[in-house]
Amino acid sequence: MHNIVYVLLRRIHVPLIVLICMYAVSILGFVLIPGMDNTGKPWQMGFFHAFYFVSFLGTTIGLGEIPYPFTDAQRLWATASIFGTVIAWLYGIGAALSALQDPTFQLIQKESSFRRAVKRIAEPFYLVCGYGDTGSMLVRALSEAGYRAVVVELDQSRIVALELEDLGLPVPGLCADAAQPDNLILAGLNRPNCIGVIALTNSDDVNLKVAITSKLLNPGVPAIARAESQEVEANMASFGTDEIINPFDTFAGRLALALHSPGIFLLYEWMTAVPHERLREPIFPPRGRWILCGFGRFGKAVHERLQAEGVEVTVIETKPELTGAPANSIVGRGTEARTLKEAGIEHAVGIVAGTNNDSNNLSIIMTARDLNPGLFMVGRQNLHQNDAIFAAAQLDLTMQHGSVIANKIFALITTPLLSDFLRLARAQSNEWANQLVSSIGGISGEEAPQTWVLDITPDASPALCAGIAEDNEVRVSDLYRAPHNRDERLPCIALFIKRGQDEILLPDEDTVLQTGDRLLLCGHFGASQKMEWIAKNHNAFSYLYTGEERAHGSLWKWFTRKT
Amino acid sequence: MNLEKVIFAFFIVLALTLNFGFFIGDIDDPVHHSVYELFAAIVVSLIATVLKFGDRTHLGAVLLATSLVADLQLIVAAVVWAIAEHVAQSGLTPHLMATIVSLSGGALLANVTSVVLLVAETMAVRR
Repeated sequence: MHNIVYVLLRRIHVPLIVLICMYAVSILGFVLIPGMDNTGKPWQMGFFHAFYFVSFLGTTIGLGEIPYPFTDAQRLWATASIFGTVIAWLYGIGAALSALQDPTFQLIQKESSFRRAVKRIAEPFYLVCGYGDTGSMLVRALSEAGYRAVVVELDQSRIVALELEDLGLPVPGLCADAAQPDNLILAGLNRPNCIGVIALTNSDDVNLKVAITSKLLNPGVPAIARAESQEVEANMASFGTDEIINPFDTFAGRLALALHSPGIFLLYEWMTAVPHERLREPIFPPRGRWILCGFGRFGKAVHERLQAEGVEVTVIETKPELTGAPANSIVGRGTEARTLKEAGIEHAVGIVAGTNNDSNNLSIIMTARDLNPGLFMVGRQNLHQNDAIFAAAQLDLTMQHGSVIANKIFALITTPLLSDFLRLARAQSNEWANQLVSSIGGISGEEAPQTWVLDITPDASPALCAGIAEDNEVRVSDLYRAPHNRDERLPCIALFIKRGQDEILLPDEDTVLQTGDRLLLCGHFGASQKMEWIAKNHNAFSYLYTGEERAHGSLWKWFTRKT
Repeated sequence: MNLEKVIFAFFIVLALTLNFGFFIGDIDDPVHHSVYELFAAIVVSLIATVLKFGDRTHLGAVLLATSLVADLQLIVAAVVWAIAEHVAQSGLTPHLMATIVSLSGGALLANVTSVVLLVAETMAVRR
């Protein structure tokens, strides 16, 4: 705020002084020039009248000559004064306006309004660097879940997009280079309510710089960064970046998981979905020979994972020697029928269109579908704007860069227990996952299930803790009771309990809860709010636990104890 | 030598000298206090104020404050004078004249503070 006033004042120094001098000279002239009253006697204008006359002279020409008609000498001076004061005013106003429109001034103004907006955030917030595809999806998901965010983005047009987006919560955005530490500090990196720094720019170097800046300036805050190359990943890990996400590896891992155990894959997809996303249908990628088009970073990651799964892969690549593709690769783009036939498309079971060009990927898919309609089709979508055409192409699996990373980060930061749960789930069999998926599918309806954490601590759930402290055996099944009617069941499932070092996967309904437990639950949207009743309201707890309405007032409590 | 500093010091000192010139004399005698001098004092004081705009140092802030005080006192004095001459039936009585001059005396004090601060700053910078 201060900055703006000072800059403006400094810019209009000269015009103000010119205006004051012009007024002073004009007033003095009127005081000195002899006038005449209406009886013809000589009359001298005082400072008061002169000031009054000059005041309206410059701004509203057209008032009469007061208090007596002017002599010719006075009129001559009035003419000169009109031009002088009008020019001084125009100059002053013009200078002030041009100062206001000056790009530097506007930059300062934007910066200071951003600073104020960040300062006004009282709740915990995430600092998101980069508002591209991934950033915008993540910010939208965070806002929908009620988390605050601050955005730093280099591209002005993306900042405009942020301003136009209707996010529900105000998200301040700064158009600046996130690689400069000053900009991160301006965006609130050092503020006590900053609870995470997420680097999602399209440059690995910038992400690295953001991660290292946040680790040095505010080591307590978790840093999550996206990295596309292995060297940068290792570099980030070396100074303790909390989570490093490689979109290619992540997706290749998912694809391998889908081949290997479709149930666990579906569990992953559901658990890491953003709020209100539609529930993904289960997929069953066939076993057999696959064709992989494009051997870039994405292609390499997919190739590696598929080979590890023991799947035979035929690679199609335009420049096999440059990219280091396997020796038996087919040379070509894959968009034309000839190359695909050469790769033996008729006998393949699946195809992955993984080039960095969306039109080529769609062309590969369309051509391949003509040649072999039974193929399992996986497409890589590079740009978020192409959503409509990828949806129309009806692929079995679309890997969209942005959403893969955004979903993963969203799940990581909003439900920290989830990564523990998913780690344990990977060790389970596919049948186990299928069973869990079908029971989750039964309660979540059309939308992806919501996951949340219930902490059994005196702060987070006072009623539950008090109940446990009174030697009541509170079981997991008690949590499932609906607050309006204890015989109804809330649409949710306890997935995981973390009890100190112990981890209980899918606790059964008779598991007795203890103080200090952390529960990961998942269920229909809105079930989490209903569960808060039993956790926080003593009366709701005693009704749900015992089935009796508890006496509310002290007198009635005393009375019921007597009888 | 810095031209900006010369102009700055010139206006601050001129504001003080003009103010002093108006203030000196019998407090209730209009003959001793020229209306032109008051006018000049106001104009110079306003210019001095504008020159102090935009200085972000602590000293700059104090200088601006003293200047604003001087402006306020002098403008009130001018308004009292205008009311005495043109609005009030009594005309410029010795009592009103004393009020005007004592107001300008207050402004004088503020201007003295300005000059003292200016001198102190100049002494501190040994260049």
